[in-house]
Amino acid sequence: MGTGKFASGELMAAALVASGAELVTVALRRADLTGGKDKFANILTFLDPKKYQLLPNTSGARTAEEACRLARLGREATGSTWLKLEIHPDPRYLLPDPIETMKAAEILIKDGFTVLPYINADPVLAKRLADAGCATVMPLGSPIGSARGLETRASLAIIIEQATVPVVVDAGLGAPSHAAAAMEMGADAVLVNTAVAVASDPVRMADAFKTAVIAGRSAYEIGLAPQRQEADATSPLTGFLNQ
Amino acid sequence: MSFVATFNSLPAVELRRHSQNATLSEFETALQHPNLESFAVLISPAADLEKLAALAQKTTLRHFGKVIRLYAPLYLSNECINICRYCGFSRDNPILRVTLTPEQVAAEARYLQTEGFRHILLVAGEHPHFVSNNFLRDCVAKLRPEWPSIALEVGPLETEEYRPIVEAGAEGLVIYQETYDREVYTSMHTSGPKMNFDWRLETPERAYQAGFKRIGIGALLGLSDWRSEAIAVAAHIQYLLKHCWKAQINVSVPRIRPAAGEFQPLSQVTERELVQFVCALRLTFPEVGISLSTRETAKLRDGLIPLGVTMISAGSHTEPGGYTGQGRADLHLTKGGRRIESEGEHATVQFEIADNRSPAQVAAKLDTMGYEPVWKDWDISLNG
Repeated sequence: MGTGKFASGELMAAALVASGAELVTVALRRADLTGGKDKFANILTFLDPKKYQLLPNTSGARTAEEACRLARLGREATGSTWLKLEIHPDPRYLLPDPIETMKAAEILIKDGFTVLPYINADPVLAKRLADAGCATVMPLGSPIGSARGLETRASLAIIIEQATVPVVVDAGLGAPSHAAAAMEMGADAVLVNTAVAVASDPVRMADAFKTAVIAGRSAYEIGLAPQRQEADATSPLTGFLNQ
Repeated sequence: MSFVATFNSLPAVELRRHSQNATLSEFETALQHPNLESFAVLISPAADLEKLAALAQKTTLRHFGKVIRLYAPLYLSNECINICRYCGFSRDNPILRVTLTPEQVAAEARYLQTEGFRHILLVAGEHPHFVSNNFLRDCVAKLRPEWPSIALEVGPLETEEYRPIVEAGAEGLVIYQETYDREVYTSMHTSGPKMNFDWRLETPERAYQAGFKRIGIGALLGLSDWRSEAIAVAAHIQYLLKHCWKAQINVSVPRIRPAAGEFQPLSQVTERELVQFVCALRLTFPEVGISLSTRETAKLRDGLIPLGVTMISAGSHTEPGGYTGQGRADLHLTKGGRRIESEGEHATVQFEIADNRSPAQVAAKLDTMGYEPVWKDWDISLNG
């Protein structure tokens, strides 16, 4: 789960519980990174590190250099070596920069970080990042906050099929059905934020996503029936051969 | 090619005419196709404002969520070399002036920190002697250790002059064109470097080249026909989104407030029209930040917040030393670039504010409205 866009810290905390999330990402730019426990920048106080694996993110960074600098300050402030690497130079669509992400991943992995990079659904980039030592890849379903679901479905399928690290489908999941669809495809997890945070009842919506994720995962494990264009003829056309 | 060329070739008259004459059915169509032409229709008299507002609210919620960023203006100086007929700081106004030292600026800023602010906007009149480039750089450098986000609203500079200020730690620049109406611009700005319309119009691009990451623009509403101004602002945003694509573009919709000089607005913009302008901006540019200052009343601000606003100020003072009385011993009049000793309680304000609530009261109101007041949403480490 992501932690942005919520109406209050308390509501965010309640939605996290309802979602059953294990990984929780938080924008370092919203936290006090000086160690001063700033009560006006207190988002971290709502996240219990005993309940969740904290996943600080570098949202706001436009270059590898900025991301690395923020990541190191974040590690000092949060104690977490896990990092969601987000580099989007374009504040309009927030699409990830593949070149800067690759550069930063290599530097941060050497520096001891467990790196989970947010990427476009680019199968080659996903392989390159996995080869470089990233712990997962986090391809987008559609742009952040767009609620358009799995627009990148065909590329996601390749990424999942080729993956040697867990695949977390991130961004654009606007409905529980989108999350279920990603899980049915074999994604290892999904990351959801806007759809829950801006819902009229974030706690119930978090629960709805939880249910969808469980359902999608079960369906994937069981194996879905193959999709077909035509119905089965109830009277086989070649039935006369047996008469 | 800068925005000046785009602006000069803009079919402004046609767009304005279309805006005036659009029908409700054209309005309905315009809701589906966000572009400059449809923006002109969204601000038309025929618009269904309630429908526009409902869509604007949804769009804002999806892109920005239930959070509002807070910032505070800090006036460094009210010295100014320009004559601008509508501005309290205009050179020809016999007002009490002062320029704070960087130490005094830091003292004012510390007060704002105790109020909660972590985003600060440094504002100053334009004066090469009192408000030099080095002075601006020194003020930014002084605040940098304490402030995650520092923006400026000062007279336009050359790209090379901006660079040291960016390197010192500034990430945002606000520059209002005041009016996009060349004729009115000429009649409003009768002396000083601000007379150069094109130079001002190109400022956001120079700021971007210099490395600013947040750029704010806008027109001062009340100088010319608001629909024409709105169309020009929209065209400017559209240009900046394409050409300055790594910058967060922000827009503001300031209306003229009472100030020294007793200037009366040349054109009226009603509250209803202001709301329509904000909603049309939100629908046309879903990702653009919209800031709203204490120029507007509490009632209007609270009403506008769900419809598109992303950043607000609170508890503002529009005079140097307004928060803690810094610089009081140095108050003076300025005539012909020279000081004339004078005394007073405080420097003269740029304009009167209309929302007198404290930052804590505004934050509490946001909370009851179901919005989280976000005080820190940037980190100095993100400044390359």
